[in-house]
Amino acid sequence: MRPLTFSRLLLRCGILAAILFAVVIVALKFGAVRVSLYGLGLDLIHVMLRQNSVISSEYGMIVIDIRLPRILLAVVVGASLSVAGTSFQALLRNPLADPYVLGVSSGAALGAILALIAEPHLALSPSFTALLTPLGAFLGAAATITVVYFLGRREGQIDSGTLLLAGIVSASFLSAIIMFLMTTLTGRDFRGMAFWLMGDLSTSLQESVRWVLGAGFIIATGAIYTTASDLNLLLSGEKEAMHLGVDVPRVRLVVYIAASLLTGLAVSVSGAIGYVGLLVPHVMRLIFGSDHRILIPTAAFGGAIAVVLADTLARTVVAPSELPVGAMTALAGAPLFLYLLRRRLA
Amino acid sequence: MNSAAQARTAWHNSTEASRATGEVRLSVEQVSYAYSANPTQAPLFTLEANSFQARPGEIVAILGPNASGKSTLLKLIAGALEPLSGRVLLNGFVTHSLSPRIRAQRIAMVQQESRLLFPSRAWEFVLQGRHAYGRALRFETADDVLIAKNALAQVGAEHLSDRWMDQISGGEKQRVILARALSQQPLLLLLDEPTLHLDIGAQVDLLDALRRLAAENRYTVVVVTHELNLAAEYADQVVLLQRGKSLRVGPPASVYQRELLEQVFQTPLSVELGSSGRPRVSVLPGT
Repeated sequence: MRPLTFSRLLLRCGILAAILFAVVIVALKFGAVRVSLYGLGLDLIHVMLRQNSVISSEYGMIVIDIRLPRILLAVVVGASLSVAGTSFQALLRNPLADPYVLGVSSGAALGAILALIAEPHLALSPSFTALLTPLGAFLGAAATITVVYFLGRREGQIDSGTLLLAGIVSASFLSAIIMFLMTTLTGRDFRGMAFWLMGDLSTSLQESVRWVLGAGFIIATGAIYTTASDLNLLLSGEKEAMHLGVDVPRVRLVVYIAASLLTGLAVSVSGAIGYVGLLVPHVMRLIFGSDHRILIPTAAFGGAIAVVLADTLARTVVAPSELPVGAMTALAGAPLFLYLLRRRLA
Repeated sequence: MNSAAQARTAWHNSTEASRATGEVRLSVEQVSYAYSANPTQAPLFTLEANSFQARPGEIVAILGPNASGKSTLLKLIAGALEPLSGRVLLNGFVTHSLSPRIRAQRIAMVQQESRLLFPSRAWEFVLQGRHAYGRALRFETADDVLIAKNALAQVGAEHLSDRWMDQISGGEKQRVILARALSQQPLLLLLDEPTLHLDIGAQVDLLDALRRLAAENRYTVVVVTHELNLAAEYADQVVLLQRGKSLRVGPPASVYQRELLEQVFQTPLSVELGSSGRPRVSVLPGT
């Protein structure tokens, strides 16, 4: 017997944090202006130590002010989607569950668009207006997961296949409504919106939105992490978990709200980036096992690494033009989804 | 009176007290239940008032044909369902009112074999039984590991510790599941058709283990089963259910009456006393 210890957990997270740091540096390097890796690493450490004045190079400022915010956004979005996917998979007892497949991302996108449409009609202060989109996205996500959960039940039990179908059908229904709403937009807005729907990290965020995004991520991930050992037991079913001492309704409520918040925030700032919440938890489970006390933090790091890499590729493969990051993740994720589906049916 | 004598008197009084109040551990008092598709419709299934009592170390078997309410009665005992009327007491506490955590420290349930979403090793599975004793993120202590190891040893499954749960046989799996229940250190051990997918050798192994554990650890065991002969051999008390009604409660010899069993199971049977002094049932096909 080798139960999980705190030092083992820290070691794994430390290794992944180091990998993430390296990936962020590589991501900073790629772009129109060429910079050296060594100088970047040094600059990044200076930024982390809040010593902005000592940053050596003039291009450093371009890199730090323009590329870094986008990469940090990719970190938070990737971690959010991956943690949301991990918890949906455990709670719904479905290895194919993730925010995108369950339609939660589409619900969040619809909520965000409705908020955007409603925005001009509401006389709100500018700082609050910026928060309306994340709020709409969260409500959209929460409403969708509630509906999909009830549609996916049969005789009081979650049915894997029914749930997945309910999610896919909801996603396409919601996408149709989104398309309908988009016809009311003008040409330039339409292109921007279409790009956003595919998953796009290029928009620069207002200060207030950044704060909400960061705080929301920490609170929601923390809330999910407190249920980590409950989620381990939920893998063998809600009834069994209850007999082993899990307060199932409470865990369900906490995880649904927190995962909807993570999805809503991620979608409101980056659109619907697919497959991260599906692919990353499985890879991490293969490496680190299915104990959620270690899976949740490693999935967060893994999601961050995956989206930073995907965004870097999306920025560079067709440079100077760029692809939506969602297209990149779908290119890698769709084949894996099919592989898992086949293996499960075999 | 010197202090040693005082202590002896105190000890005597406390054991007297525990014998008076602690003798009956599980008390099922007139519990009933009704399932219905929606509240306005007539119930699809009702469980009528059932009563029985069980002491520490005792094995109670709940018998009856399909759809007679065996599993429902077990869920009511476990506190997973709230009775429509009546109550289930475990050491004087209503089982349904306990918090999930406290309930899991007192009652362990072994259900019909469940499929795991992602495979885990046997020792991880057994350690799950310690969940109710830890806080949300608490890492397992040396005590937890010791208890889990003992639980595996008690069911003779130490050698399975490092095996994957999806790569061991049905009988081995059932023993690991039982070990998880033991690591909960319960007062009451509930089993829902534990012998369902086991061959006869594995069935006897499991029930021998149960009888030994009930005696050693002073568990009260309630087991739902279809196996009339195994129940007769191993149970101290039998509850015979038919369409939600308990027809008879008592030691196997008093419940196993040919006419009664024939009427309940709708098939011709013969009942005789076996060499162990317990009744034995055989089917009489084609008569």
